[in-house]
Amino acid sequence: MNEFIETQVALRWTDLKSAYDVVIIGGGGHGLATAYYLATRHGITDVAVLEKGYIGSGNSGRNTTIIRSNYGIGESVRFYQRSLELYAGLEAETGRWLMHAEKGLLWLVHSETGLRTERARVAINQANGVETCLVTPEEVTGICPQIDLDGGGRYPVMGASYQPAAATARHDRVVWALAEGAMAQGAHVHQHTTVTGLQTDGDRVTGVQTDRGPIAAGTVVSAVGGRVSTIAAMAGVRLPVRTHPLQAFVTNHYAPTFAPIVASTELTFYASQTPRGEMLLGAEIEPEPSYSSRSGFDFLEQTAGRALLFLPFLANLRILRQWAGICDMTPDSSPIMGFSGVDGFLLTTGWGTWGFKAIPAGGEQMAELIATDRTPELIAPFSLDRFTGDCLLADAGSSGTQH
Amino acid sequence: MTLHIDCPWCGRRSVAEFAYGEVPDPPAGLDAGAVAVDRRFFSANPDGPAVERWFHSFGCRRWLTLRRDRSEP
Repeated sequence: MNEFIETQVALRWTDLKSAYDVVIIGGGGHGLATAYYLATRHGITDVAVLEKGYIGSGNSGRNTTIIRSNYGIGESVRFYQRSLELYAGLEAETGRWLMHAEKGLLWLVHSETGLRTERARVAINQANGVETCLVTPEEVTGICPQIDLDGGGRYPVMGASYQPAAATARHDRVVWALAEGAMAQGAHVHQHTTVTGLQTDGDRVTGVQTDRGPIAAGTVVSAVGGRVSTIAAMAGVRLPVRTHPLQAFVTNHYAPTFAPIVASTELTFYASQTPRGEMLLGAEIEPEPSYSSRSGFDFLEQTAGRALLFLPFLANLRILRQWAGICDMTPDSSPIMGFSGVDGFLLTTGWGTWGFKAIPAGGEQMAELIATDRTPELIAPFSLDRFTGDCLLADAGSSGTQH
Repeated sequence: MTLHIDCPWCGRRSVAEFAYGEVPDPPAGLDAGAVAVDRRFFSANPDGPAVERWFHSFGCRRWLTLRRDRSEP
């Protein structure tokens, strides 16, 4: 498909009703995907997605658009692999060009410990049907000739784990396609509609208060990023979430020759090239909690310093833009999906720095949960009660960030 | 975004000199086991003022208590 021949995205805006079967708070990827799969898989269209800004204005429009499933525990590998597969079919399904491109992902290793970690990752990936493999430094050069295997003399590249099926997609287009698909089936999306409170009847959540009036709902779903603790507290739910900013930046255009996604998990940076030719770089979250989406020079200095060890050509590029998103980080670096413990109030949260890749599977599984009132097997391990039940899904080493 | 912290010993210094330390905030009325779980995993995560501990790693190497507005742009 081509950008120049496609028709304008058909977002059918509607008037706000006073009641819906399902109200989803948050018009980002996860909220819209939930509405999309409710409509297309389950025929549930009396649905409203409420977004306080414009759709995709939060983390869905601020991430580094990486889609991969090379996680370190089986539960996560299976879940993210489902998402990777749904992404691969999403252009055909929605009829929209999402600029989805299979690029392959290199996770560079600089120590014996790192090699052991990646060997274990490859084993757990392959055991779950995901084709991640170990590659030698020579193979790294074959995949990405721009990488300096000396690592600036300090962090020699001793190998890498490689997932050929890893991809990127244009984040805005994903959001628009899901919104369009949901709205075409009759779901409502309301922008500039802020949830200010929840309506309750006894122990049950029965609707939301908004700055445009109250809305009754059979089920309320929080698909909020960043400020999810505030929304959950309205239902009396306390979350294992801390909100941290994550920054990223792009450079000016570079010849479109940088094929894969390259990351160092030991040094915590990742780089890829956008379809426009910009080099897109990200690193780790800010260590202290904050709701600030400002970006700063310290981050540029640190991330550029790390990236230059492996990608010396970056020294000739200029930084064009930087930005930040506020991430809902969980203690085990895994998301939280499912029942909240309060009737009528569901959660899809804890998407931290790993949410974009999970948009289709997260939406699909939450939609099934809403439609059937039962937690699908694929996301059962990601329930909120895992923290009190001592069943954590600790996989920080696969999240691409630290802390 | 926090850029500087006023250290009671060293004065105003760059945030890069400090390490963040959380102050657990378990709600009242929990039993001892629930408090332990809450301190380990849960947080009010306020979008507003919070009491925190910070360690001046690259300075006087003392802990200080800081009240910081996390909602500041």
